[in-house]
Amino acid sequence: MRELLTDIDRWQSDGKRVAIARVVDIEGSGPRGAGAAMAVNQDGEVSGSVSGGCVESAVVSEALAILSGEQQSRVVTFGYSDDEAFAVGLTCGGIIHLFIQPLEW
Amino acid sequence: MNSYQTFSAHVRDNSPVALVTVIEGPHIGATMVVTPSGIVGGSLGNADIDRIVARDALGELEAGRTLVRHYGPHGESTPEDLIDTETVRIFIESFSPPPLMWIFGAVDFTAALARVAKVLGYHVTVCDAREVFATRRRFPMADEVKVTWPTPMFAENGHRLSSRDAVCILTHDPKFDVPAIEGALATTVGYIGVMGSRKTHAKRLERMSEVGITSAADLARVHSPIGLDLGGRTPEETAISIVGEIIATRTGRNSSPLGTSDGAIH
Repeated sequence: MRELLTDIDRWQSDGKRVAIARVVDIEGSGPRGAGAAMAVNQDGEVSGSVSGGCVESAVVSEALAILSGEQQSRVVTFGYSDDEAFAVGLTCGGIIHLFIQPLEW
Repeated sequence: MNSYQTFSAHVRDNSPVALVTVIEGPHIGATMVVTPSGIVGGSLGNADIDRIVARDALGELEAGRTLVRHYGPHGESTPEDLIDTETVRIFIESFSPPPLMWIFGAVDFTAALARVAKVLGYHVTVCDAREVFATRRRFPMADEVKVTWPTPMFAENGHRLSSRDAVCILTHDPKFDVPAIEGALATTVGYIGVMGSRKTHAKRLERMSEVGITSAADLARVHSPIGLDLGGRTPEETAISIVGEIIATRTGRNSSPLGTSDGAIH
């Protein structure tokens, strides 16, 4: 999160809405641990990362859905299995749990 | 100031702060900011849960841990209180000040090591008694450059070092490095590394024993010759081998290639 502050401040001062996605838990092998974070603004601009590039684009879609009100803040899980709603996974085979919310606090 | 501004001000000042967020349960998304002086912003929904989670968050912050904990709607945390009640999952994220690296000796290796240490997020202090060498101009990447001897440096600031921190002694000069080793051993610093050839190290061991550094526990804390055996030569390659050893010391791994071992990577 530390590395996102400059971008978030700039976006907020431009009047942009921002969502943040944070890794809250990892099961098995994962590229980034709990606390890895990325921020997405309403235009789809991105700061930071939450994995080695495996799930970022899916996180952007989810963050935009939350900013537009189509989705509520929630925990999103990637890497369960191909049967899950999210077809993306981690190449390392781990499971990553992210909490995504609008930055409204 | 809103909670985000309070939180980001603490992170920017490098002062310890925990960010606490409800990730499941009533008030999902509610956020609270906790520092060693207490709750400084936000709320999780009611005063009971705020008080109990703030106490727990402070414990996690002291340990530098980031994790999810479970409570009842009013902060209940004992298993019997959690039966038949709604569970609130709370993400506690700790932001601690960066670890410290003190580098003794203002030499070429120092600049390379300071650069690599910055990549890893260390707050770097370069320390040398020679005013002409210990200058900001030579070490612009360091956070601090101090013109002083090791003994006063440790006497004044040694209490700030903890198990997350590192002391690297690159001086090659016994009148500088033996007092630095002595000073470092008197702290709880997690890593002490001393540069020098095997021959230099053997001579240094004699000088160390003259000042009473002889216990196996003390000698085991002093990594010398400094660094992992990567076969590198340049200051930059040496810097990588030093930080590699620092990481391996912290994790307790033997730093062999993953390809020749099995078991969990992380």
